[in-house]
Amino acid sequence: MSEFTDWDILRNLLLAARWTVALSLIAFAGGTLVGLSLTFMQISGRAVLVRITRLYIELFQGTPLLMQLFLVFFGISLFGIDVSPWTAAALALTLFSSAYLTEIWRGCIESIPRGQWEASRCLGLSYFEIMRHIILPQALRVAVPPTVGFSVQIVKGTALASIIGFVELTKAGTMLNNATFEPFKVFGFVALIYFLLCYPLSVASRMLERKLHATG
Amino acid sequence: MDYTFQFAELLPYTSLIVDGLLWTVALTLITTFLGCLLGTLGAAARAGQHKFLKHAVGIYVELIRNTPFIVQLFFIFFGLPSIGIKLNAWEAGLLAMVINLGAYSTEIIRAGIEATPKGQLEAARTLGLSRVQTFIRVVLPPALQKIYPALTSQCIIVMLGSAVLSQISVQELTFAANFIQSRNFLSFEVYLVVALLYLLLAILMRQLFKAVHYYAFPNLRARK
Repeated sequence: MSEFTDWDILRNLLLAARWTVALSLIAFAGGTLVGLSLTFMQISGRAVLVRITRLYIELFQGTPLLMQLFLVFFGISLFGIDVSPWTAAALALTLFSSAYLTEIWRGCIESIPRGQWEASRCLGLSYFEIMRHIILPQALRVAVPPTVGFSVQIVKGTALASIIGFVELTKAGTMLNNATFEPFKVFGFVALIYFLLCYPLSVASRMLERKLHATG
Repeated sequence: MDYTFQFAELLPYTSLIVDGLLWTVALTLITTFLGCLLGTLGAAARAGQHKFLKHAVGIYVELIRNTPFIVQLFFIFFGLPSIGIKLNAWEAGLLAMVINLGAYSTEIIRAGIEATPKGQLEAARTLGLSRVQTFIRVVLPPALQKIYPALTSQCIIVMLGSAVLSQISVQELTFAANFIQSRNFLSFEVYLVVALLYLLLAILMRQLFKAVHYYAFPNLRARK
């Protein structure tokens, strides 16, 4: 079984890592879209909308991501739709990340003092004008570091897509391990690649936080 | 959708699910205890004088926080035997969970420790407390109080993460679910029930942490 050189292992893992990156990007984009709508629902102040969002967040933060993946994967096929692991993983990760992003962004918007709302109202600005010119520009600054920090969780979350059979970095690692019987090396490489993907994001998040705290 | 749900079909497997649930609870309790202990030691090392220890713990924290739990688990379970460390599935699973929580709680507790006013340290030292006494009696209690909510959330996240242990055949809750759906093919029903059990567990854990908080920090009770 010595047809696999170290370079072969690494090359195959790197090729598979492209799918990890693609899945992360899709989950992040989808999570942003859904998360934004949920955030606006939550700060709307309408009791029903707030309650629905709270329940949504509670459900997705209180159950394992693995269960969410399984439920999406097997749930959609109940409708008679043939769902690929790729679609299921993208959808489940989108829902998962939207719950966390909503929680982060709501906190950021609520961190803007209420007095600013009241002052803007007195100056005769409409709800959308207040949002557009007063609240969002400030909230955005606060929101960037924790959002970048959460993207690390998304990248790590994509590893679970391997369990429903989507061939990304972790699945490729398992398959290469089955072919080479060198788990120490293979999973060491896998961990290293994840680290190289995640560590820059962690550092960026920390730097942004420090920078915004210093000037803000 | 012309599908009828068959939740009643799960009833014969109740004892299996309960067993899995109990194992998940046991793993979580042990991990919470050992992980927070490891985190406290790690945070002490991060705040301490020892240069080498400080950097070693720093690397440990960054490595764990920037790789997925499932890869850590596979590395421990499949990888370590090739350098002579043989662990069965339970030991590997528990070890992975403790190491994971240890890294996160190190970082959380460190944040609490750093918030200690310098004057308190100087006062404690002046009163003749040793370095260790100062840490245990002066620095740690208020630090833990401050970061308690973050620590609670992290312990719940680790509990939810334990679902992955089913992949190395640890017979916890998710393993039970996988087994049942392989028998009766009612995958959606099984996973829905089990997901709700996890949700219940998460809610109960939060309440339990609140109760512990109530008894551990009596000085905060009056503020209610």
